[in-house]
Amino acid sequence: MTHRGSRVLHVGSLSRVEGEGALRLRVHDGTVTEARLEIYEPPRFFEAFLRGRSHTEPPDITARVCGICPVAYQMSACAAIEDACGVSVGPVIRDLRRLLYCGEWIESQALHIYLLHAPDFLGRASAIDLARTHRAEVERGLRLKKAGNSLMELLGGRAVHPVNVRLGGFHRVPTRAELRPLQEELKQALDDAWDTVRWVAGFEFPDARVEADLLALAEPDTYAIEGGTPTVLRLDGTRESFPVRDFTEHVTETHVAHSTALHSRLDGRLHLTGSLARFAISGARLSPVALQAAVAAGLGDPREGAVCHNPFRSILVRAVETVYAVGEALRIIEAYEPPARPYAEVPPVAGTGHGATEAPRGLLYHRYELDADGVVTSALLVPPTAQNQGAIEDDLRRLAQRAITEHDPDDDELTALCERAIRNHDPCISCSTHFLDLTVVRTQGGCDA
Amino acid sequence: MAPTLAVFKLASCDGCQLTLLDCEDELLALAGEVDISHFLEASSAVAPGPYDLSLVEGSVTTAADAERIRAIRAASRHLVTIGACATAGGIQALRNYADVDEYRRVVYAHPEYVSTLATSTPVSAHVDVDFELRGCPIDRRQLIEVITAFLAGRKPDVPDHSVCFECKRRGTVCVTVAHGTPCLGPVTHAGCGALCPAYQRGCFGCFGPSGSVNLPALIPLLRRDGLDDDAVERFLHTFNAPAFDEFTEPGKSDESHETGKEVRK
Repeated sequence: MTHRGSRVLHVGSLSRVEGEGALRLRVHDGTVTEARLEIYEPPRFFEAFLRGRSHTEPPDITARVCGICPVAYQMSACAAIEDACGVSVGPVIRDLRRLLYCGEWIESQALHIYLLHAPDFLGRASAIDLARTHRAEVERGLRLKKAGNSLMELLGGRAVHPVNVRLGGFHRVPTRAELRPLQEELKQALDDAWDTVRWVAGFEFPDARVEADLLALAEPDTYAIEGGTPTVLRLDGTRESFPVRDFTEHVTETHVAHSTALHSRLDGRLHLTGSLARFAISGARLSPVALQAAVAAGLGDPREGAVCHNPFRSILVRAVETVYAVGEALRIIEAYEPPARPYAEVPPVAGTGHGATEAPRGLLYHRYELDADGVVTSALLVPPTAQNQGAIEDDLRRLAQRAITEHDPDDDELTALCERAIRNHDPCISCSTHFLDLTVVRTQGGCDA
Repeated sequence: MAPTLAVFKLASCDGCQLTLLDCEDELLALAGEVDISHFLEASSAVAPGPYDLSLVEGSVTTAADAERIRAIRAASRHLVTIGACATAGGIQALRNYADVDEYRRVVYAHPEYVSTLATSTPVSAHVDVDFELRGCPIDRRQLIEVITAFLAGRKPDVPDHSVCFECKRRGTVCVTVAHGTPCLGPVTHAGCGALCPAYQRGCFGCFGPSGSVNLPALIPLLRRDGLDDDAVERFLHTFNAPAFDEFTEPGKSDESHETGKEVRK
């Protein structure tokens, strides 16, 4: 029986993503007329209940938006509120924040590479299933992930919702002696991260290309993680930047009926944040060891203009970024001298502050308005997956269309392809989406099912 | 046959089920002892119930999830809730004191697209629960203990004393006594290893109330240490708000209900 013609495919539960979502695909006479990522994660109303809270509270509260990238929420909240209060922290606190963020990058990228994404390339249902045939590789992934968690536990107190972050810095900073034992674990992690690059470079990658502008933070001298200027690489190859405070003038959100996550557009166009965008915007500023890893991964040398647009190859960029983050962590620990004070005072000032940092899966923007007593009067959180949702749907639509045109897959195969296409982007459905249900609506002639 | 393990998620941040994946040293060993039959975050292979042990993260905030938790209960021999959302309603239970329609209008351009209940409630408000593991997030060691205990058919060794016991055991100097730092340690359930005082801050109650709580005795101490009434209210009303409500003075509890009504106007 042919599958050509018209159909509606509905996947009710997406697996190996973070959060819960569904997918609905409508095909009419062999043409994909709709690809909809449905984010049905129940709303939790953070932006509403942050009002009335003291300006010291959002770092602990917004961490609870996401158990997978709590540091990203803590760092964007601190950046935004410190901006409102006109406080900037010293270089040692900045380094320690970057170190904590490196822990989250290592943990989250290893989680995605080994537990969520790699099973797709090897035809397995899970990392546990994968361990039956690739035990050493899965053990390596868990060891790498643990190194990221060790860093977060030492500096943040724990890996999920760290307790040690506060406005202006940390409640307590580590001594040199406390950080030193991490060096051994991180040296092993550097080997593991390199082996990860070599391993994933051997996977087979379907041809594909995201047709969206890429948005990431950029810094003059380093690969941006905990700050920077929003920078766009447009599809036509042009680049432009805008100040963080103008974020919502460029990235606008609309609310669509099928999703509890808001849909964003960048200057009216689809855009993508995350590993592919960071590599395109800041790749030339990777460390020498990470540049070597990029070349070894087959991504080319970003100093010579190498950009990766293939979402299936995002696993390679994540592996390179893991090498980078481990190297950064080692560099920061090596140079660390404890600051005189663990934090800068952040007295409240009436005003509005903006902050953006690079969560593992993309740019996370926060804006707070404070009154003179430091009470939050309004809050806005724009998570990466909400920004990426439009580009992910567009990617899905094109991949599904190509498959239908080329070989007309049955529903099971089409479902598997769509789930893979979504996992390529490491969407966080808890921040905004995680579990995919696929519905394919197939219709024929003038009849719409 | 190996016992079957299932993991489910309601309204939450994923952090408590991530804690299971954060058991890097134990994960493969555990996977050898159980048959992971439903764990969407980790596996696309899903088997139907009944499940010997189901772990549930998240609170009930939609009519659909209220239905779903009943189905999960019916399919589970043992049902264990993990984390502050599942055991107390979580941070999203802050809506219980406010007007959820107003919340909807603040966050969404089209509030009519968003379907939600006016409250966020713990799983135990809907179905019988065999064990509740506290924390925002849960502690990895306690999670392993609970899973191990259920697999062995014994009671989990998760004492319900307060964080103060853990501070003493850890040798941490009391932040309230030594520095006058407001701390919810005396009324908060142990389990984190008294993390916050070890990082020189007061406990902020993310494990919810401990077994024997005397909140009226603590509140004057919090005031002495610089918190005004609003700050005390916010301190108790964050990660486990409804759970701490039970222990506030009767008058105090009524007041917060009144506040809720005012907001609704």
